[in-house]
Amino acid sequence: MKSWRTSSIHKANKALVWAALGGLAALAAVLSLCLGAVPVSLGDTLRALLGRGEGPQAQIILYARLPRTCGCLLAGMALAVAGTVIQAVLSNPMAAPNIIGVNAGAGLMVALLGAIAPTAAAFIPLAAFFGALAGVMLVLFIAERTGASKLTLILAGMAVSAIFSAGIDAVVTFVPDALLGYSDFRIGSLANLTMAKLAPAFWVILPAVALVLSLAGELDVLMLGRDVSQSLGLRVKPMRLLLLALAAALAGAAVSFCGLLGFVGLIVPHIMRRLLGEESRILILGSALGGAAMLTVCDLLGRVLFAPYELPVGIVLSFVGGPFFIFLLLKQRGGRIHD
Amino acid sequence: MIELRGLWLGYGRQAVLSGVSMELTPGKVLALLGPNGCGKSTLLKTILGLQPKLGGEILVDGTPSDQITPRQLAQKVTYLAQSRNTPNISARRMVLHGRFPYLSYPRRYRKEDYEMVEKALQWADAAAFADRSMEELSGGQRQKVYLAMALAQDTETILMDEPTTFLDVAHQLEVMATARRLAGEGRAVLMVLHDLCLALRWADEIAVAAEGSLLFRGAPEEAFKSGILNRAFGVRLARVMTEGGWQYYYQ
Repeated sequence: MKSWRTSSIHKANKALVWAALGGLAALAAVLSLCLGAVPVSLGDTLRALLGRGEGPQAQIILYARLPRTCGCLLAGMALAVAGTVIQAVLSNPMAAPNIIGVNAGAGLMVALLGAIAPTAAAFIPLAAFFGALAGVMLVLFIAERTGASKLTLILAGMAVSAIFSAGIDAVVTFVPDALLGYSDFRIGSLANLTMAKLAPAFWVILPAVALVLSLAGELDVLMLGRDVSQSLGLRVKPMRLLLLALAAALAGAAVSFCGLLGFVGLIVPHIMRRLLGEESRILILGSALGGAAMLTVCDLLGRVLFAPYELPVGIVLSFVGGPFFIFLLLKQRGGRIHD
Repeated sequence: MIELRGLWLGYGRQAVLSGVSMELTPGKVLALLGPNGCGKSTLLKTILGLQPKLGGEILVDGTPSDQITPRQLAQKVTYLAQSRNTPNISARRMVLHGRFPYLSYPRRYRKEDYEMVEKALQWADAAAFADRSMEELSGGQRQKVYLAMALAQDTETILMDEPTTFLDVAHQLEVMATARRLAGEGRAVLMVLHDLCLALRWADEIAVAAEGSLLFRGAPEEAFKSGILNRAFGVRLARVMTEGGWQYYYQ
């Protein structure tokens, strides 16, 4: 019997997957620009983007929807690539930035920075990076020192996540202005984004994705297990640290402007592994594209489903991602390394 | 060439094998035998630097192994692990990983790497399923891919940890024949084996690890006659002459 994943190896199918992914991301981006509380026609949208638009519609496109769409594409890409890297390095298909406390760590540092130095907005991605790094290193430490099983690691990660979340709440309790739009931040939302807020994260995410791509060969070898990769001449420990640091930078940068968005980093790598196989370069590119598409689609859904009311994208993602995570947990009882 | 001088190995402070001295001779298949827990696999891991040694020296072409980088070591020694992750990648891609030690950052595989991989796939009789995913292959097919990967790594010494485990008899014999072919190309093959009869029938030399040290190293014939295997394993070995040479069995 030919399974879905069996056929995934063949080139023709892969080309189809790439075309579908690219088409979906592009379509989602266009729809995200055009649709919303005030629908704007494709022609007017293009005119506004080219700087020839007039009136309130052009303002909406340029100052609300364009930053928001860019934010969706960027954050989706960053979180999905971060998830791909974390899952590969920890060889744990359930590990994802929101589940093992990476996002919450970044969120805590963003809140702390907001409380201590509210004017230092440019440093938000840096603070988020260190928070995310703390989260991922803590989990790596637990995994290496205790030889914890995959499920134990996930539970420990959830505990770490809960502690960091409590930290965020504590900071906001003492300094209510630490996080502008606290509820949006906790849930994860891309409303009220500006290009200025996106810029620092943009300059972290693009180089980080490029670096991860350049380390695809190392990531491939790392997936063969510690002994085999070391016997192929890879310095396993420093490489794992470097890759996890890059994942932290990606997740941190995303959290810095979209809040504690969950599940993109969990779902997208899984779907891509099924569709494209586990060869890292392809998987990373696919996850980047798929993550961008998925977050943009979910954000769009949140905006149009109950228009004129808006559902933050974090809620949409949790409704989709929660059941998916439970499905993975149940499947994991078989105990295989790769899903 | 790999040379061990008075090597002590084990976990923590507990030595499982002490004072191991031997050379891995190019052109020979050396089968390492010994009861469970005698340190056979640990010996391989220690040579590869996956496990810190407790004492003694490992010389790689005359240089102590702690003075060369993991990458340099990977260009000298190949490791066929007993168990490994099976990612959802094509067999060809898997074999390509054998070329990893020869690339520096950013690790783009070159034309000669791909050519080497094709040759290795042909050589290991794995070309027919080169495009299929590792996950779909049978145990015997996977082992052929790993052997092709070992060949692609193109080192003088190859260490195999129980390469015949979980394989049916036909594939076990194929693995042994492949090991002989590797040795025939002037490579040193050291394999940990559990099957005494397979080892005595196919290896050029036998090494026996038991009771905390390397008790014996020599030709299968001598190993049989010395009775060392009877002592190490607590069985009684016997043999009969067949058309294909001596066949061994135990009681």
